[in-house]
Amino acid sequence: MQRRSFIKLISGVFALVFTAPMNAFSALWNKAAFETTKINEAEKNLDINHEKLSHDILITVPDKAENGAIVQIEVKSNIPNTETISLFVENNPTPLIAHFKFSGGAEPFVVTRIKMAETSDIKVVVKAGSQYFTNAEHVIVLENGCG
Amino acid sequence: MTPENMKMRAQLKGEMTEVKVLMSHPMETGRKKDDLDRLIPAHFVQLVTATLNGQMVLEAQWGTGISKNPYLTFRLTSAKIGDTITVTWHDNLGETATQSIIVT
Repeated sequence: MQRRSFIKLISGVFALVFTAPMNAFSALWNKAAFETTKINEAEKNLDINHEKLSHDILITVPDKAENGAIVQIEVKSNIPNTETISLFVENNPTPLIAHFKFSGGAEPFVVTRIKMAETSDIKVVVKAGSQYFTNAEHVIVLENGCG
Repeated sequence: MTPENMKMRAQLKGEMTEVKVLMSHPMETGRKKDDLDRLIPAHFVQLVTATLNGQMVLEAQWGTGISKNPYLTFRLTSAKIGDTITVTWHDNLGETATQSIIVT
């Protein structure tokens, strides 16, 4: 009986030690925003509201993507005090692609490669202070890139 | 995870350090089927962090829409030659990898 309770105690401690960092990490990933199929829901879950069109968000993408599995995108924000950049592909099954948070001397600039299920607008949202700004580019996809 | 699963480069160009990262990861969406028509479970990087000499400079949350073998470029105005940049990723299955590089 004593041994059993000891094992129980030990396994409890192990569970705590190994799941605690995982829980802390899960809290950082915005599950609701990433798993929704609706762009409005994703934006709401990121607290995005009243975003204003801004040409100070520069988006570099191809006009046409031969293969939707790999579409390179470059985003640069010239908006002062840019804190975050969020990428959405409106016609993807789950529109939120990525959310980048910059600090400590990182430029509000990013290059990455994304999947596009079909021809779509790519929407970028920038947070600066308590304000949100947006810009978009249209990309024609010749071959679907989502499984 | 082997250290070879990330390729990194960090070069100071003028006043800006450009950091390029190529990760090795399947980035499965969970919607694709294998040859036997079975769904391949979702397996994707959810969080990427970058530090400069231990201080956070970039935190990225990713969904399944980032391409296989993720590519990332970011820029720092605060880095000098000899500084250490460390990139870490965590995926939805609890796997993780981390790698450091010195700015040149």
